[in-house]
Amino acid sequence: MAISLDKALGIHQHALEGRVKRAEVLANNLANADTPGYKARDIDFQAMMEKAQEGMNGFGMTRTHESHMDTSPMGQDSELLYRVPHQPSVDGNTVDAQQEQTRFMRNAMDYQASFQFLNGKVTGIKKALSGQ
Amino acid sequence: MSLGSIFDIAGSGMTAQSLRLNTTASNIANAETASSSTEQTYRARKPVFAAIQQSMLNPTQQGQAFGTDEGPGAGVRVEGIVESDAELQMRYEPDHPAANEEGYVFYPNVNVVEEMADMMSSSRSFQMNVDIMNSAKSMMQRILTLGQQ
Repeated sequence: MAISLDKALGIHQHALEGRVKRAEVLANNLANADTPGYKARDIDFQAMMEKAQEGMNGFGMTRTHESHMDTSPMGQDSELLYRVPHQPSVDGNTVDAQQEQTRFMRNAMDYQASFQFLNGKVTGIKKALSGQ
Repeated sequence: MSLGSIFDIAGSGMTAQSLRLNTTASNIANAETASSSTEQTYRARKPVFAAIQQSMLNPTQQGQAFGTDEGPGAGVRVEGIVESDAELQMRYEPDHPAANEEGYVFYPNVNVVEEMADMMSSSRSFQMNVDIMNSAKSMMQRILTLGQQ
């Protein structure tokens, strides 16, 4: 029986990747907190995870041409959506700096959790390989 | 791993905010610089910010699939610095060395109160970007310890 490292790590590697991606989007929102007309964005994390789960079940579609749509979990940014602003601003910017910062911090914490799980998996595999 | 691009994004934010702070300092320093004609008078300067899209960075991928506006973006850039065209303050000061024939001098259109508020806003935004960079750093350091006991 072959050992598949990809399967051994489970969903956590995708979760970690998704967290990094979300951190990038939120960092971009905060960098553009004073840019007129900038619209705040965010990633639908749940949709991303559902996609990753589908991909893991082995029913994912393969791309045979470069102009095919990328349906892989971390591929095309189809989950990248625009945020609905709570209050309008004169310059058309929809970034709420405080909220974005809170979300960034929370995302960083979730990243730590995902990392912990992934680390557990890796340590488990290492233990199994060393045969102690 | 795109954690590295968070550094670029936060860095671009810090550059933009420090430039904004720079123009604010210049405006406040020159708030009382009088001169005898409208052309020579200092005018308040303001930076114009614009978001960087990822498609601008690698044009080879442009137009691929539906990716015109897609991608998380890549930070902020300063498009330019514009001079305010608000009206200059004309004051009657015949004793002023720079007064013109009618005894008027022109003061810059700098609103000091507005500049102070701008200064606070930009320094807060700068700090926010520093926080982001610190978080990204600790996330990256964490990933380097993967698999260690």
